[in-house]
Amino acid sequence: MKNISFLSVGILFGIIMTKSEAISWFRIHEMFRFESFHMYGIIGTAVIFGAAIIWVMKKFKMKTLRGTFVSYTPMKLNLPRHLLAGTAFGLGWAITGCCPGPMYVLLGHGYWIIALVMAGALLGTFTYGVVKDKLPH
Amino acid sequence: MELVTNPQTILDFIRQPWHWAVSGIAISAILFLLTWMGRSFGVSTTFKSACTVLGAGKVSSFFKMDLKEEFWRFAFVIGALLGGMIAASFLSSPDPVAISEATQTHLSEVGLVYPASDNTGRGFVPTSFLNFSSIKGILLAIGGGFLVGFGARYGDGCTSGHAISGLSHLQLPSLITVIGFFMGGLLMTHLILPLLF
Repeated sequence: MKNISFLSVGILFGIIMTKSEAISWFRIHEMFRFESFHMYGIIGTAVIFGAAIIWVMKKFKMKTLRGTFVSYTPMKLNLPRHLLAGTAFGLGWAITGCCPGPMYVLLGHGYWIIALVMAGALLGTFTYGVVKDKLPH
Repeated sequence: MELVTNPQTILDFIRQPWHWAVSGIAISAILFLLTWMGRSFGVSTTFKSACTVLGAGKVSSFFKMDLKEEFWRFAFVIGALLGGMIAASFLSSPDPVAISEATQTHLSEVGLVYPASDNTGRGFVPTSFLNFSSIKGILLAIGGGFLVGFGARYGDGCTSGHAISGLSHLQLPSLITVIGFFMGGLLMTHLILPLLF
């Protein structure tokens, strides 16, 4: 039953990603070329409203459905790690035009090539697990 | 904007491309729902769990994790896939994605005529660039995916985890990671992609 709720939120997410056009390689390319405000508008609005929502949930000590309070486990600050990891991700994002969420959505749209992108992502994830002790953390 | 009650008209209303503000607010609603359900918004962890399912725990202890805690995330991404199917079948916009003239001009100069470079005509994926029919298209898809998967795990999160969830929680590490996303994206778009088109 719980998983049905998450499935439903996922369906909603898939529709939103499609209609926002955030799943479009061309929108991502346009964003990195600073030729439209569209993607900046989406991310900016999502973060402003998201921050307000989280603030309200924390302020009024709202309980989640699991009976917990809203919290976030902070990451240890490590500049080289965040920048190196972010840069690797960004290089890939600009090639594939999609980050992980949109990959699932695009697969649903029937773009089979995205299955190959996801296979690459699995390989990249696996490689990190193997070499992680050699990287700055 | 007229108030509509006819189901067909409502569908047509949803079918239009959404304004960025509507999309942004809708994404923050997803963040709210997942947070309210006691989980944190993050998609790339499904790749880690998938590695675990495939037996990667035998190679690295990094992949030894409690999969039961990840069922909800699998349900969420299966939903995302279904949402994509539903949107493609019933909610397609009448026209391809309306990217800017400037981007269209640039793309046609490098040989990606818009929207013809997407064989579906919808303007979602440049199938003339990423495809199964050329070695280059295959390598770009795998290589690009590799960088996304590697970077997301090394940084412990992708766009949903850092740019949406992390920034909404005002996390400095997330902000630096997002700056990294843009460093990589700008480097690729302006310096490397022109050599790859």
